[in-house]
Amino acid sequence: MATTTTTPVATADTASSSSFVWRYRYWLLLIVVPLLLIAAGKAGLISNFQFLQLSLMIVYAIAVLGLILLTGFNGQISLGHGAFFAVGAYTAAILIDQAGWPFWATLPAAALMCFIVGYLFGLPALRLEGHYLALATFALAVAVPQILKYRHIEPLTHGVMGINVFKSDPPFGLPLSTDQWMFLVVVAIAALMFWVARNLLDSRTGRALIAIRDHSMAASTMGVNVSHYKAAMFGISALYTGVAGALHGIIFEFVAPDSFRFELSIAILVGAVVGGIASLWGAVIGGIFVQVIEKYADAATKAISSAVHLPLELEPWLIYGIALIILMYTMPMGIAGGVAALLRRMKRS
Amino acid sequence: MRVHKLMLAGAGALAIALTANPVSAQKKYDDGASDTEIRIGNTNPYSGPASAYGQIGKAIEAYFKMVNDKGGINGRKVNFITYDDGYAPPKTVEMVRKLVEQDQVLFIFQTLGTPSNTAIHKYMNGKKVPQLFVATGASVWGKPQEFPWTMGWQPDYQTEGVIYAKHILANVKDAKIAVLMQNDDYGRDYFNGFKKGLGKDADKIVQVATYEVADPTVDSQIIALKNSGANAFFNITTPKFAAQAIKKAHEIGWKPAHYLNNVSSSVGAVMKPAGFEAGQGILTASYIKDPTDSQWDKDADMVAWNAFMDKYYPGGDKKSTFPAYAYAVSSTMAEVLKRAGDNLTRENVMKQAASLKGVEIPLLLPGIKINTSATDFYPIQSVRLARFKGETFELFGDILSGESE
Amino acid sequence: MEQLIQQTAAGLANGAIYALLALALVMIFVSTDHINFAQGEMAMFSAYLTWQFIQWGANFWIALPLVMVLSFAIGVGIERSILRPLHNAPVLSVVVVFIGLLTIFHALAGGIWTHTIKAVPSPFPQVSFPGSGYIGAHQLGMIVVTIVMLFALFAFFRLTPLGLAMRAAAQNPASARLAGISVDWMLALGWGLAAAVGAVAGSMVAPAVYLEPNMMASILLYGFAGALVGGISSPGGAVAGGFIVGVLENLIAYFGNVIERATGLYIVGNGEKLTVALIIVITVLTLKPNGLFGHVTVKRV
Repeated sequence: MATTTTTPVATADTASSSSFVWRYRYWLLLIVVPLLLIAAGKAGLISNFQFLQLSLMIVYAIAVLGLILLTGFNGQISLGHGAFFAVGAYTAAILIDQAGWPFWATLPAAALMCFIVGYLFGLPALRLEGHYLALATFALAVAVPQILKYRHIEPLTHGVMGINVFKSDPPFGLPLSTDQWMFLVVVAIAALMFWVARNLLDSRTGRALIAIRDHSMAASTMGVNVSHYKAAMFGISALYTGVAGALHGIIFEFVAPDSFRFELSIAILVGAVVGGIASLWGAVIGGIFVQVIEKYADAATKAISSAVHLPLELEPWLIYGIALIILMYTMPMGIAGGVAALLRRMKRS
Repeated sequence: MRVHKLMLAGAGALAIALTANPVSAQKKYDDGASDTEIRIGNTNPYSGPASAYGQIGKAIEAYFKMVNDKGGINGRKVNFITYDDGYAPPKTVEMVRKLVEQDQVLFIFQTLGTPSNTAIHKYMNGKKVPQLFVATGASVWGKPQEFPWTMGWQPDYQTEGVIYAKHILANVKDAKIAVLMQNDDYGRDYFNGFKKGLGKDADKIVQVATYEVADPTVDSQIIALKNSGANAFFNITTPKFAAQAIKKAHEIGWKPAHYLNNVSSSVGAVMKPAGFEAGQGILTASYIKDPTDSQWDKDADMVAWNAFMDKYYPGGDKKSTFPAYAYAVSSTMAEVLKRAGDNLTRENVMKQAASLKGVEIPLLLPGIKINTSATDFYPIQSVRLARFKGETFELFGDILSGESE
Repeated sequence: MEQLIQQTAAGLANGAIYALLALALVMIFVSTDHINFAQGEMAMFSAYLTWQFIQWGANFWIALPLVMVLSFAIGVGIERSILRPLHNAPVLSVVVVFIGLLTIFHALAGGIWTHTIKAVPSPFPQVSFPGSGYIGAHQLGMIVVTIVMLFALFAFFRLTPLGLAMRAAAQNPASARLAGISVDWMLALGWGLAAAVGAVAGSMVAPAVYLEPNMMASILLYGFAGALVGGISSPGGAVAGGFIVGVLENLIAYFGNVIERATGLYIVGNGEKLTVALIIVITVLTLKPNGLFGHVTVKRV
């Protein structure tokens, strides 16, 4: 940091140590906060069920990040990311079920598998734009649960019955519950993946990706190999969402075609747009939104129904729909975009 | 956290011991039960592709409201907590964990759907929390040795499949059989039972067609089945598709011996929409009285059910069999709790559920009773065959049961 | 052979369902450049309105125009109240608003009319006619209605001043404004027309597939595919696309079955017909990105 060079010698020591803290503040937060949470869990302040919910928020944040990389930073629309989520989950589940792999080893395998599937899907999708790409990806989301039931791969997927996954207890005799252990695993993986995503976007590659989003044709005349970048981006995006899927399958210890219907793809898309499509923070907010909104919609509906006597029965999704519209009204760039705009305005005034 | 709880429990036990009086000593409670309340947990698909089943959850909720209005069970109010799982297994797991760990229910009752129940099966048995009377006819719920905390309720699909197979072999000459089935666990279970019932005659199945829940119609499948030249037809479909299949078969003039699975044996939700003319002669197996069947109009159970619907679930559909099913299964649950008395531990609830001997439950067909034991976790195992004539299903023959292994 | 004809006829009947919905999607697309994901649920809601009027004693052919007018008003209302303020919002925000609308209509229908299936009587006389062994009266009726709708819309856009104004507003809003056309109202009109076409689609579909809140959820994908394969900017293309998708799907299952019978090898069946149909549709689109009957658009940097 520039400050260290101009600091007087006498205070150099303290300054450099504080700048060390400052420099690695995010990493320190990432270590301190989860440990505090675990400590709170040990003290009985956070239940295992709440750890499950925290883990799920982070898992959905990774899934949403995958879509944000593709849509927010590369301009390709996908209505079908639930498909990659499912591929990741099934890759992990099959490796655990059939080959007896430990769960952590299945994560890189799921990542690789989803990258390949995403890349291969991205190649023909190159010729499709806008609505056509939306259809192709939507079709993928609808088709995947059916493909999982395909007769000739049933020995692997167990068809409609799904796969029971057995995950191991915390290793080294760590005094943690399974939910606490999985929470730590999920935090570590999410930290790694967000870090990689940020560096990717800051690199030359990242600038090329954004150039493609903003001016596809102009980028290609400037020597950017548009089709290579786009297909690779599809692969990377699928990789992210696929790892989230694998974690999801492992957390729930069960995968079935019914777990990955196209509603999941819609949830990921909504999470990305509501969170903020062109921001990494958007992924975090989106993940929380995906995990929390449905339950609060349900609870809010119940509260309203019991408070006011309405002539018709309220359904939980009614509130969800209204919430979406209001959010898009007030913050068309998502919550991350809305907050950023608010901060800018506050700074100016 | 565990230590914490133990200490509390220890302190509580001490306090109870100090102030012990003979009455409270006999009362035993687990999480979710107290002197005033019994908490029951449930998930149901109030949204999503299976939302038609959501009214089962709503009717159960209404049933317990009625029970509470009448003074509760052994003086305790029932607190029935139900959440939407959208028919998605991960969401079922999440909601059931919330019910068990956060809401601290005494047990889980009537979770709906085979994939959903499969997803929580291991959890419930690991936690030793009863998973009672699950709403699915799969045959995996009656295995007390492996899964002592899980129990089904309705006759399982395999048994029913066996019964139809035997009836075809005995009654249809030179049977050539066509099967239409939903491409999921439910369809598969019926089909497996059916094949088992046919035994060595399984090659009499000349054509099988499947459909997806997302298909708009099954017209194409019915055409293919007709063209296979089949003279017997096993129809494994849910109400909407059953009505479509019956109507389409009639339209294209296909008249096989038609066996309709119990899932769709409702007059109001299937036969009427399909058209009574199209449904003449269709065979089905049933165990519950159909509210739209005029032969039960003056039946005491049905009168009571109608009064219940009017007062506690006025928004419910009286033409559907789902609220009737909900009423019967809730009655079974209430009976078990009544027998558990003041000993409301999970173990005792499970024990009571597993010792029902010839219990009569409202709305079950005459002669069909509930039987369970420590080794028999299939409460209802009997059905009666019925043939559609005029505007109702006419029962015929004896009470049939097939033991499922 | 007989089965082949029957399967094709059944495919055409399903195709009519997709085509009607595709037509509604095109109406909004040509006037606003958006694909309305809530179109299916709006059509389903209109179908419930039709059912309700019939329940109250109206004849189908009286109920349908009433519901078309009502749906038109609902469509215009949604555009004016909900979408107007979002004219400058990013596309994805609009997509999320459509998803919001979709869930609202779905939840409203479930709340008002419950989730139990309801039968809507077919408005066509159940008489036998030459070829009635191959196709039902209602199915034939649906196909006829689809084609009539297509011609009516064609005539509206080509021959009436209002139709011409709508096309002008969509293709070149700036010049249209100069010519004194209220572009804003034209957008609302597009929504209203789409909702009215959707009302016909829903009310025609309901007797064939039975009415329930999930009725249009799966049909939307087919309608979407049909509209795109035919060319989303052309009503004729969308209708043709709908029929193509309907027939394709049945023939895939049919030939899969023929192959299985001949060789004993299972390749595709009813479980995979949607997947295979979509693969074919997407392949066509990669070769002809504007659809079979769509116009080529030139892009500028």
